Amino acid sequence: MPSETGVKTLDMSAMELREINETLQSAAGSNEAFEVTNTRGAHAIAVGLDAPIHVTVKGSTGYYCAGMNKQATIHVKGSVGPGAAENMMSGTVIVDGDASQYAGATGHGGLLVVKGNASSRCGISMKGIDIVVHGNIGHMSAFMAQKGNLVVLGDAGDALGDSLYEARLFVRGSVKSLGADCVEKEMRPEHLKILADLLEKAGADAKPEEFRRYGSARKLYNFNIDHAGDY
Amino acid sequence: MDKTPRTLPRQSWTFSNEVNSEIRRAAETGIYDIRGGGAKRRVPHFDDLLFLGASMSRYPLEGYREKCETGVTLGTRFAKKPIELKIPITIAGMSFGSLSGPAKEALGRGATMAGTSTTTGDGGMTEEERGHSEKLVYQYLPSRYGMNPDDLRRADAIEVVVGQGAKPGGGGMLLGQKITERVAGMRDLPQGIDQRSACRHPDWTGPDDLEIKILELREITKWEKPIYIKVGGARPYYDVALSVKAGADVIVLDGMQGGTAATQDVFIENVGQPTLACIRPAVQALQDLGMHRKVQLVVSGGIRTGADVAKALALGADAVSIGTAALIALGDNDPKWEAEYQALGSTTGAYDDWHEGRDPAGITTQDPELMARLDPVAAGRRLRNYLNVLTLECQTLARACGKSHVHNLEPEDLCALTIEAAAMAQVPLAGTNWIPGKGI
Ligand SMILES: Cc1cc2nc3c(=O)[nH]c(=O)nc-3n(C[C@H](O)[C@H](O)[C@H](O)COP(=O)(O)O)c2cc1C
Repeated sequence: MPSETGVKTLDMSAMELREINETLQSAAGSNEAFEVTNTRGAHAIAVGLDAPIHVTVKGSTGYYCAGMNKQATIHVKGSVGPGAAENMMSGTVIVDGDASQYAGATGHGGLLVVKGNASSRCGISMKGIDIVVHGNIGHMSAFMAQKGNLVVLGDAGDALGDSLYEARLFVRGSVKSLGADCVEKEMRPEHLKILADLLEKAGADAKPEEFRRYGSARKLYNFNIDHAGDY
Repeated sequence: MDKTPRTLPRQSWTFSNEVNSEIRRAAETGIYDIRGGGAKRRVPHFDDLLFLGASMSRYPLEGYREKCETGVTLGTRFAKKPIELKIPITIAGMSFGSLSGPAKEALGRGATMAGTSTTTGDGGMTEEERGHSEKLVYQYLPSRYGMNPDDLRRADAIEVVVGQGAKPGGGGMLLGQKITERVAGMRDLPQGIDQRSACRHPDWTGPDDLEIKILELREITKWEKPIYIKVGGARPYYDVALSVKAGADVIVLDGMQGGTAATQDVFIENVGQPTLACIRPAVQALQDLGMHRKVQLVVSGGIRTGADVAKALALGADAVSIGTAALIALGDNDPKWEAEYQALGSTTGAYDDWHEGRDPAGITTQDPELMARLDPVAAGRRLRNYLNVLTLECQTLARACGKSHVHNLEPEDLCALTIEAAAMAQVPLAGTNWIPGKGI
C-alpha cells in the first residue's frame, strides 16, 4: 500500500513471505521504495532482488536476509540472523544492529555494512564483496576468503583469514590470532585509498591510518610437503 | 651345481607389486596419491544380482509390441515445474575445470538427444552446457564457485551437494595444471594454484539449517525449480530421512564406486558404502516416511549397463545417474590412445590421472590442443547412442519380468548370487528363500 511518501509497506503479519518477496523481486523502477514491517525474525526476507530499489526492513530478521542481492539497497533497522547478504552480487545492505554467523558469506560484489558486531565466519569464502563492520567480528572470519575487502573497526576473533586467498583484511583493533597462511602486510598508499573510500561509503568514523592490513602469505597455494602441518 | 630343488619365487598377497609400488611412490614424493575415477576394489555390485524373469506365475510382455514405459518425473513434491525425463538415466554433475568445455558440450548434446538432463559441477555453469542442455541441473556446492542468482534462475533444477560417493566428507580438488585463466576467472581464484574446495557449506550446518537454506533458494527461484539433495553413500537411511526433513524434492544417492575428478586414493578406496548396500536403506527411509515415489530417489555410483539400471530401479530407485560411463562413451580411456597412455605410465582402462590435465582423449583437460581432439558433436552422438542402449536393455529386462513401466520392477523380481549381495540388496540368495539378516 503506497503511503504519502511513495513508500509501499509490506506487512509480514498480513502477507506471506512469498508474496512479499514476489513483490520485491518484480519491482523494477529505480525510485521504488518499500518497507517490510513486522518481520518477527522471519527467514529469507528480501532475497534474490534484482533492481535498484530501496527496501527498509523494520525489525530483526532470521537467516539469509538479502541473500543473493543484486542492485537493491536493503537497510535493516534491527539485527540479522545467519548468512545475511550471503552471495551478494551487487547493491548495498546496511544492518543497523548486529549480524549473526556467516554475514556476507561467498559474496561476489556490493557492499555490506554492519553497524554493530558480526559473529563468527564473517566474510567466509568471500569472492569480491566489500564488508565493513563497525564493531567486532568473531572467530574464523574471512576463512578461505578469495577476493574483496573486509574492514573491521573493532577487534577480530581467533584464526582471522585462515587459508586466505586474495581478499584484503583491514582491522583497527586487536586480532586475537591469525589463521593458517594469513600474515600482516604493509599498508601502501593504494590500500589507504581503498580503505578511505570504503569507510566513507559505510559512514564510519575512522581514519585509514589507524588500521592494519592482513593478507595471504601464499604459502599454501601449491602443495609443499614441508608445509603439510599448516593445512 | 647345487641340485637342491628350489621353490618358485612367491609374491606376497599382502605386499603385492601394486602395494609395493605405492610404498615406493609415497617414499619418493612425500604426498598421498591423488587420482580420478571411483573405487577400483571389487565390492558387491549389481553383477551379483539376477532377474528371475517371467514363468508360470508371471506374464512377460511382448518385446517391441507391448509398451514398456521409461519416463520419469523428478521434483513432484514442492516444485512448480518438475522435470520430465524420457529415460530414467541422468548425467551426473561433473565440474567444468575437471572437464573441458567441449566435453561439457558433448554431455549436453547427448543427454538432450536422449531426452534427459545433465548437471553442472564445482566451478559454475558454462555457456557450453547451458546452451546444449535442454534440461540442466545446477549444483549448489560448498565452494560456491561461480554461484549467482541469474544462473540459479536459468537452471531447470538445483542440486545441493552435501557429499559424493567417492569421498563422503571430502571437499574438492583441482590442481594448478588445470586452473587456466578461464577456470580461475570463473572461480575468482589466482591462476595456477592447487585449489582445494571446502567440504562443508559456508553458511549452514545440519539439516535444520539446510531447511532454511532451501527456503531461501526456493524464494529466489519462485518455488519453480525442483531442489535435489546429493549425498554420498555414508548412512543412507538417516541421510535420506534428514534430506526429506530438510525439504528435498529429489535425493541423489551416490555410492562408493562413484567417480570423482581428483581425490586422494586412500579416500576413494576406504570411505563410504557400496552402491548396492545403499539403496534398500534409502528406500526404507522413504517408505517409513510415506515418501517413496513422492520424493524421487536417483542412485549413482558404478552404473554401466541397462541391467544395472534395471536392478537399481527394481530395488526402489526412481532413476539413476552416470558419470564415468558417460565419459567412456565420449571417448575416455579409448584403446586408440594406448601409446599415449603408455607414455604417461598408464594403460587403456586404467588411466586415472585426470588431475594432471594431460588426458590423451581431450576430456579431462584444459589444454587447448588436447581439448581439440574431442569433437563435441560426434561425442554427443556417441553418448546418445549409449543412453539409448541402456534404455533398451532396461526395457528388455522389465518386459521379461512382465512390467509395462520400468518403475514396476521390484525386489521380488531379483535373486542374489552371493550371500553378501543377498544381505545388502535384501533379496533371496539364488536357489533359496533366504535373505540374510531377515530371520527367514
Ligand atoms: C570427472 C568427474 C567430475 C566430477 N565432478 C563432480 C562435481 O563437481 N560435483 C559432484 O557432485 N560430483 C562430481 N562427480 C561425481 C559425479 O557427479 C557422480 O556422483 C559419479 O560420477 C557417479 O558415479 P559413476 O562415475 O560411477 O557413474 C564427478 C565425477 C567425475 C567422474
